[in-house]
Amino acid sequence: MIPAILDTPAPHERTLRRLSDLLVRRHNLLVLILLVPPLLWLGMVYLGSLFVFLAQSIFSIDEFSGTIVREPTLATLAELFRPANFDILMRTVSIAAAVTVLCAIIGFPMAYYAARYAGPRAKAAFYLAVMMPLWSSYLVKIYGWKLLLAKEGAIGWIAGRLGLGPALEAWLALPLVGGPSLSVSYTGMVLVFTYLWLPFMILPMHAALERVPSSLIEAAGDLGASPGRTFRTIILPLALPGVVAGAIFTFSLTLGDYIVPQIIGTSALVLGQAVYTLQGTAGNIPLSAAFSLVPILVMALFLTLAKKMGAFDAL
Amino acid sequence: MHANIDTALEIPAVRFAGVARHFGAVKAVDGVDLSILPGEFFAMLGPSGSGKTTCLRLIAGFEQPDAGHIEIFGEKVEGLPPYRRAVNTVFQDYALFPHLSVGDNVAYGLRVRGVGRAERDKQAREALAMVKLTGMESRRPAQLSGGQRQRVALARALIVRPKVLLLDEPLGALDLKLREEMQLELKGLQRTLGLSFVFVTHDQGEALSMADRVAVFNEGRIVQVGPPEEVYERPRTRFVANFVGSANVLSAAEAQALGAPARPSSLRPEKIALMSAGASAPTGAVVLDAVIVDVSYQGPVRRITARTPAGLVLVAAVPAGQAGEIKRGGPVRFAVRSDALQPMESEE
Repeated sequence: MIPAILDTPAPHERTLRRLSDLLVRRHNLLVLILLVPPLLWLGMVYLGSLFVFLAQSIFSIDEFSGTIVREPTLATLAELFRPANFDILMRTVSIAAAVTVLCAIIGFPMAYYAARYAGPRAKAAFYLAVMMPLWSSYLVKIYGWKLLLAKEGAIGWIAGRLGLGPALEAWLALPLVGGPSLSVSYTGMVLVFTYLWLPFMILPMHAALERVPSSLIEAAGDLGASPGRTFRTIILPLALPGVVAGAIFTFSLTLGDYIVPQIIGTSALVLGQAVYTLQGTAGNIPLSAAFSLVPILVMALFLTLAKKMGAFDAL
Repeated sequence: MHANIDTALEIPAVRFAGVARHFGAVKAVDGVDLSILPGEFFAMLGPSGSGKTTCLRLIAGFEQPDAGHIEIFGEKVEGLPPYRRAVNTVFQDYALFPHLSVGDNVAYGLRVRGVGRAERDKQAREALAMVKLTGMESRRPAQLSGGQRQRVALARALIVRPKVLLLDEPLGALDLKLREEMQLELKGLQRTLGLSFVFVTHDQGEALSMADRVAVFNEGRIVQVGPPEEVYERPRTRFVANFVGSANVLSAAEAQALGAPARPSSLRPEKIALMSAGASAPTGAVVLDAVIVDVSYQGPVRRITARTPAGLVLVAAVPAGQAGEIKRGGPVRFAVRSDALQPMESEE
């Protein structure tokens, strides 16, 4: 008997087989089928509604009736530059920048250790340690920090025991960063944000550092670069895409948050709180849309600067 | 250039005295003594895991010895980090910096030495011209082919004028044609620069064709050092005989049966001659009748594996045109001169 060359399907299998044959032959069709649902979701439900919302920023609100005037105007956007509003923006961007810098400084050594020196077990422990805080409730963590930061809290107590009480007092007496206690100061707010977003900085940094082959570091040393020099000229530039990716997270998460400032912060508003009150209590959708534009513009500016600095050259 | 007797008296470029490097229970390098002369092309040949790369890394300073001493031009270098050593490395994966242009890669060593921009650009251009990559300064490493990256790595290592250049399997990733071309170029470059090149490879052909001297590594030790002809013609052990080229390894009794001294011996396949039927044996040769077990055609030569009635299996390489009536299962007559057998120190 001659063995069958063509594997002909049984009748009941035919439709499914034809379909899979078709998809194998025309893989563009498969790609299309796979992409349509996410594109619909991302394109229409997410981006579409975002743009509809942001577009409101060219409308204005009638001062007396509180209704939205649907005529294009730049007046709402210009309102952002009013001292009270501009203060909110500057304050928020400064806090976000401080949080990002602090996350990068604290996160880099950890990411570097895990990428270069940790063995498989230490690496597993590292991932667990970095991810674990993400598994517990955000609110619980913030209230936990409020207790730590309070005047009679653990941080104050430890500072006192170490004889650093006066230094803490002196810091809190400073304008802007200080306050009656850490739990109602910008310093406290930055500390809590740093704690919350640190994993989002460490993980991309770690991924970037892990992709730097050790032979590059050896080559730099071989060519006469001291460890410090190697770090500045080779390791840091190659890790920069990871730092930037992490900064995108820490920066935008801080820009949008309105809960931490409410629990830890001072009475002065930040951007997230402004959007929250404007669209809720005040019903001023145009101005809240205008405020919402700011983080997007800030991130665009940040990425442009990062690109100019050559952060993506190695990609 | 060949190392002659006079140069043996000068200070060696690299000297190992009882050097050992262990990784846990693994003895990567286990008591190595060697001297590499100034201006010498020195090949470290061995299978993977034989300790040759670790020896190179010990010279570069990426590894520190657990025992023994390493000297570079008479200066003890234990504890000296790589950036304080006058040796440079061409890495197996080239290790080009992906975020820097080709020109900046080549100039990197000058940059860390504080050489000004204009001067280092000029020298980088010259170094690139030396490796035939003129005009490639502004490219990125990712835009180059494997062979071009290899040349950039070479230029980058040579620009800082090392006293010894270390090459870690630099041709391993290239295809055959390019590899042969680069072998000639490397050899030429070494001759013009008069530098010591230490070349790590697992390719015996590469080691034999390029090196002034070859060190054969096995299990963390050097089994034999010498000029290529010596290592090939007079292998000291079975390992060398089989790793450098191929060889028939004969026991003392088998060697004696072929008229040689009763010592374990090696016999290169090309030293076995094929005799046509009815021809008389050349003087000083033993004639062996055998049955062909296998024949394989290899272009210039044909390899014939045959078994004598006494049970000795020999591999012979005969010029392909000469092997007329050769087929599996057929008879064959070999002639072996007894002085073609090379006594070895051990059969192991």
